[in-house]
Amino acid sequence: MSLARHWRLRDQRYRLEGTACDDCGTIQFPPRPLCPNCRSRTLSPHPLDGRGQLISYTVLYQAPAGFEAQIPYAVGIVELGEGPRLTAMLTDVDLDALQIGMSLEMTIRKLRSDGDDGVIQYGYKFRPVQFEGA
Amino acid sequence: MNRATADVALMRPELPVGIVGYGAYIPRYRIRAEAISRVWHGDQDGGAPIAQKSVPGPDEDVITMSIEAAANALRRSGVAARDVRAVWVGSESHPYAVKPTGTIVAEALGIANATLAADLEFACKAGTEAMQAATALVGSGMAPYALAIGMDTAQGRPGDALEQSAAAGGAAFLMGAGDEAIALLEGAYSFVSDTPDFWRRADQPYPSHGHRFTGEPAYFTHIIGAARALMGAMGLTPSDFSAAIFHQPNSKYPRRVAKQLGFTAAQIAEGLLAPEIGNCYAGSSPLGLARVLDKAQPGDRILIVSFGSGAGSDALVYHVTDRIDDARRRAPSTDDYLARKQFVDYATYARWRGKIR
Repeated sequence: MSLARHWRLRDQRYRLEGTACDDCGTIQFPPRPLCPNCRSRTLSPHPLDGRGQLISYTVLYQAPAGFEAQIPYAVGIVELGEGPRLTAMLTDVDLDALQIGMSLEMTIRKLRSDGDDGVIQYGYKFRPVQFEGA
Repeated sequence: MNRATADVALMRPELPVGIVGYGAYIPRYRIRAEAISRVWHGDQDGGAPIAQKSVPGPDEDVITMSIEAAANALRRSGVAARDVRAVWVGSESHPYAVKPTGTIVAEALGIANATLAADLEFACKAGTEAMQAATALVGSGMAPYALAIGMDTAQGRPGDALEQSAAAGGAAFLMGAGDEAIALLEGAYSFVSDTPDFWRRADQPYPSHGHRFTGEPAYFTHIIGAARALMGAMGLTPSDFSAAIFHQPNSKYPRRVAKQLGFTAAQIAEGLLAPEIGNCYAGSSPLGLARVLDKAQPGDRILIVSFGSGAGSDALVYHVTDRIDDARRRAPSTDDYLARKQFVDYATYARWRGKIR
């Protein structure tokens, strides 16, 4: 991913910032300029709380460039408590312990790095809820 | 070096300052000491005093770990991110040589843009150095809140004695006004000298040590110098403290220095994490303080003394307030992170830590 694109996406990558429709309240992630529900164009930034559940996942053994150090790793579809679904890498979990429906929480991790001298990209991943009630 | 102590005043901010929030972080992974020594020294029983050490996952570094610890500190304090006006991260394993850890942490926590952000480096003392600086910023009235983090993913050359202990973890402390504090700073003292006990040259992946300097001229001289001067200036003796935390490069040194200063084994027990997770360098004594705060009662007095090679110590005395009980429940405890552990073998550890190139 280009330097400029990663920089542009940092609010959503670091803080899971989506949008909430000022007119009908629909929450979206990633942020959008238009509400799919009522077609309003007045939307406000809305940070999501990072809790969700695992809808589906796959395990990668062949990684794209920049992700080699992490294989094997899982990528999942996560449904957030506020409604939106997103795709994210999963971490802090044994691959044979993954279960559809399990409760997940957001954590910020290294996503990839551009070789030994490029930038390190950070962003959200999801992991099993670590400490219930904390 | 002996220009030090007795008649030098203690350090105290103009306005009352204390810790208003704290948060620990320890990665999920561990490697057993015998898994390391088996590779390099065979199955001989070295009687390693450290049972296992914490290991960062392949997607973790000082930045990601600092974000989680600082998020825990903010949650405990209830302070809004935008009111934090400094993010100072002390570490000797900042992911970049040039590009601040502090800005990424500030951005991720919603503290940016109206904030100071910088990285401090002083071997294992950088975390308490950040605590001193954050205290001063708040104590001068320049900022309502300042965040100080001590965090490391410590390096040890494969096969070197340091590899047995070099671990990952740390803690974050949010400094704020004394009347909001869960632990009020009563006094501080810092003590440094040019001592060649341990260093890492630019562009070198692993540190080197000046073996004979490690103990007496470095660790013991600086910790004892700082602790004695501070207690002397404040008119306190070891029996005035409910707990003390000393830097923990291994399990033996903090026990010995505690004894030399007149502290009991019970006083250092809660803050002594090296036997469980190893030496988290700049995160070592801060993490010990986090665990002590997890268990502290209002009225407790706590001494923390760091040690960083090169060399120096910061000594700080905190007085726990009745706000502690409410605050500690709001984020995971140090014990939560200690209990979360998954063991990895040496090969996995070597791959994750970039020891295979």
